[in-house]
Amino acid sequence: MTALTRKLFRDLWHMRSQALAIMIVIASGVATFVMSVSTLDSLQRTRAQVYAEFRFADIFAPLKRAPERITKRLAAIPGVREVESRIVAEVRMEVAGFPDPVIGRLVSIPDYHEPKMNALYLRSGRMPLLNQTGQQEVVLSEPFAKAHQLLPGDAITAIINGHRQMLRISGIALSPEYIYSLGPGAMFPDNARFGILWMNRKALASAYDMDGAFNDAVLKLMGNVKPADIIESVDRILARYGGMGSFERRHQQSHHFLSQEFIGLETMATIFPVVFLGVAAFLLNVVVTRVISTEREQIAVLKAFGYSNATIGWHYLQLVLIITALGVIAGIFSGRWLGQGLGNIYMDFFHFPYLDYRLENNTIALAFFIGFSAAIAGTLHAVMRAAKLPPAEAMRPEPPARYRESVFERSGIRRFLSQPSRMILRHISRKPLKTLLTIIGIAMAGAIMMISNFQDDAIDHMLHVHYKLTHQEDLTVTFNDPASRRALYEIASLPGVTYAEPFRQAPVRIRYRHREQRTVVQAFDDSMSLRRVLDRNLEPFALPPEGIVLNDYLAELLGVNVGDHVVVEVLTGRRPKFEIEVVATVGEMLGIPVYMHIDALNRRLDEGNAIDGTFLAVDRPFMNAVHRELQDMPKVAGITIREAAIQSAYDTMGDTILIFTFINTILATGIAFGVIYNSMRIAFSERSRELASLRVLGFSRAEVAYILLGELAVLTLIAIPIGFVIGKEICAMIAVHMNSELYRVPLIIEMSSYAFSAAVVLASAILSGLIIWRRLEKLDLVAVLKTRE
Amino acid sequence: MQAEVVFQARGLTKIYQVGETAVHALRGVDLDLFKGELVVLLGASGSGKSTLLNILGGLDKPTNGHVIYGGHDLVKATERELTEYRRYHVGFVFQFYNLIPSLTARENVAVVTEIARNPMSPEKALALVHLADRMDHFPAQLSGGEQQRVAIARAIAKRPAVLLCDEPTGALDSITGIVVLEALANVNQELGTTTAVITHNAAIGGMADRVIHFSDGHIAGIDRNVEKISPQGLSW
Ligand SMILES: Nc1ncnc2c1ncn2[C@@H]1O[C@H](COP(=O)(O)OP(=O)(O)OP(=O)(O)O)[C@@H](O)[C@H]1O
Ligand SMILES: [Mg+2]
Repeated sequence: MTALTRKLFRDLWHMRSQALAIMIVIASGVATFVMSVSTLDSLQRTRAQVYAEFRFADIFAPLKRAPERITKRLAAIPGVREVESRIVAEVRMEVAGFPDPVIGRLVSIPDYHEPKMNALYLRSGRMPLLNQTGQQEVVLSEPFAKAHQLLPGDAITAIINGHRQMLRISGIALSPEYIYSLGPGAMFPDNARFGILWMNRKALASAYDMDGAFNDAVLKLMGNVKPADIIESVDRILARYGGMGSFERRHQQSHHFLSQEFIGLETMATIFPVVFLGVAAFLLNVVVTRVISTEREQIAVLKAFGYSNATIGWHYLQLVLIITALGVIAGIFSGRWLGQGLGNIYMDFFHFPYLDYRLENNTIALAFFIGFSAAIAGTLHAVMRAAKLPPAEAMRPEPPARYRESVFERSGIRRFLSQPSRMILRHISRKPLKTLLTIIGIAMAGAIMMISNFQDDAIDHMLHVHYKLTHQEDLTVTFNDPASRRALYEIASLPGVTYAEPFRQAPVRIRYRHREQRTVVQAFDDSMSLRRVLDRNLEPFALPPEGIVLNDYLAELLGVNVGDHVVVEVLTGRRPKFEIEVVATVGEMLGIPVYMHIDALNRRLDEGNAIDGTFLAVDRPFMNAVHRELQDMPKVAGITIREAAIQSAYDTMGDTILIFTFINTILATGIAFGVIYNSMRIAFSERSRELASLRVLGFSRAEVAYILLGELAVLTLIAIPIGFVIGKEICAMIAVHMNSELYRVPLIIEMSSYAFSAAVVLASAILSGLIIWRRLEKLDLVAVLKTRE
Repeated sequence: MQAEVVFQARGLTKIYQVGETAVHALRGVDLDLFKGELVVLLGASGSGKSTLLNILGGLDKPTNGHVIYGGHDLVKATERELTEYRRYHVGFVFQFYNLIPSLTARENVAVVTEIARNPMSPEKALALVHLADRMDHFPAQLSGGEQQRVAIARAIAKRPAVLLCDEPTGALDSITGIVVLEALANVNQELGTTTAVITHNAAIGGMADRVIHFSDGHIAGIDRNVEKISPQGLSW
């Protein structure tokens, strides 16, 4: 080993605590990167594999009813490889020991062969046997089975076409079509209240009087066909049969939601590592600049003896590279570990048959690349300066610092300041740039803490607005078919129902110029005291008697402004298509709803003064009784309990985003501490000579500590509010990037988050202060004064 | 003595610009140094001695003038050529020792021998300055004089053609000082190393071939010693 290499390792050892702190910061940045990228990769790869393996369809075409022979016409569309017709029906279910309303979706499977598309992955049991008479067998979706602890052999009850029917569970399965499954009208999955049941085609056909007919078709396309072209042909063929508008994978619910979730994950995979590694680069810069400036004279000597600029530069670069390499490696290992954990958590919501978690070599290479790029970007300047340092100049010690009286003192408060306090002020104002850097470093630590908590706050706010302000009903009842107002009065008169409000809704395609979105138009009457539409100030917004009201995110997606006319194509009933003026936009955070006045919508649907369901206020003690009454009404298709919806929202958000944030909070705490400790450690070593001299002159340890730590305390206190500002900026950036059709993240930061950020910064500062206090005790006065720094 | 000229300095000036004022560290220095000779530079503090030495050693460039060494003008040399020049030709002893604190005495010497062409071993170099038993001590564990001797060992270990010493005995008592000067004299004699020693101690002038008097950035006079005194014979 050359002497220079020895110097390198001894220098590293000497600065081990700082090196460790930097390594932790780099490792945290790399870990978030590896964790989120590998999880995202794995989920995407798994999705692709599962789609291929289980033959996920390309086009989905729900309709009212068509004779089986129509499938031939669909299959004849150029570009279509395969067609499968199905019967799909939503039913109310009863699960023993579970009082809440449950909705099941019955999906037919071919009687004599494997499904051509959307094949099932049997987890246990077997496929249903064809049974002409008596009890039917079904395969249950696994999440639903798990939620109720149902096993093959158990029975459940479904109300099929008005008849209560016992179904025997033959098997439990997963499907590529329901990796993410949402009940009708739900924003978040609720596995206990919504499940999929696969049943033989024949059995389902006879129950629904669909012999020789179907009400749902799925299509597989040839390799390079544009789905949009096919959709047009499909819709044309199915128009006569009550086609509800076919759609491609991109709009298939499960696929769509997965994609939206991936967007969120992608944002986190970008922003967190960028911020973390930015801080790491900053920290390396501070530390390396500091190391190089203390070693000026050593650099000069090495040069005087014939070491080249390149050798010197390389020497210091190695220091950086070793620290970085260790940090990156630690980050890759912990990121992999976290990624596996995160992947498993996602598996609770994304019901893939398996998760093929893999950390790609690409990701590892990229982790090294960004880790080293950050490190080199942070230190290149300092290293180059070391390399180019003119030896004669470096030989001379840095000129003694020039002190001036600070502004504060000149302002006349000097007589209130002790000598040590003056030293603090002068030191701060002597090197404003350096002071600024320290402040920024500490502020960044605080900012990172805010980002971690921000998502918590935002989700809370979002759910609060949606479920507490917008939805004030206890129950939502949806009818099988549009009903007359009489249904409303009937339900309103049930004992325990204190108030009922009607609604109308219809799936629509909404189009402006060449842009198009699928959504649901919801229509209410003037009362709107249970279900409200809110304006941007969260004040109740009265629906105008004419025109359509768009969610502002949807308006942005479509590129429409208030006053423009959009084309609305209703996908059910008589399928009217009309042009309508956008009269307002509202700022809701969940989904992309559009609203109309119920009368305005009814005029266009041309089905009289109908309603699709009601919102109910119910006296708590009567809740279960009301459920039971409603379950027995044939016209009732589904009942949604707001409390349960809130619960599933929190469960979903809590377990994905919030766990992610939790991990990041821990990493961010590490970073915060790393930054603060380093700033303090540097201040300490830069001034140890001065402090030792003061000790020699008779100052006590406490007095000396006051000078050093007092300065750091001042800087920390200045940094905390700056951290708030930076943190808020970054949060705003995240909010914008996270926006999707699922939700818009509001820029809400609670007081508690500010407090938490400040608390972590203060705690880190105090802990660092304690470590330095102990070092002060060990400060070897003679050694410090002997070595020239 | 009519030996080969090693350094030929002509019209050297060095001006430091400090804010508004210009400091003239060198105001036109002409000087020849001959192979194998030992010169002592004497002069008041701030008279420009270190500045001249730094220029001769390729550490610094003059504002004007030329330094010819072995047929090359150091002033026109590239960074790479200067690095080579320092690596293979020059040994430095600095006013403030400038040891590397994280390396032991032996390693401080090894830093130089590792990149030199025909060095003596670090052990031998340290033995020459009577530090054989302190080789594995770190600078912080050595006294000022001991550190200075390590610095000299480091400078002579590569058997340089030119040895430039900036106040090598400034921090030493006379007995240790003489040990150090002996080491320099030995190297000068045995290897024929051209040696320049800056000092404030006029007595040391006695061991030189020539004594160069510096004053206010120029050479005020040069004395040639008819008879050199060996370091043992010096006293102060
Ligand atoms: N980097 C610099 N910037 C400004 N002035 C400088 C610089 N280096 C040297 N000087 C000035 O140049 C003059 C000559 O300095 P030099 O170090 O050569 O003196 P010296 O003769 O070695 O003195 P001493 O015996 O005290 O070491 C001095 O006035 C000094 O202040
Ligand atoms: Mg000098």
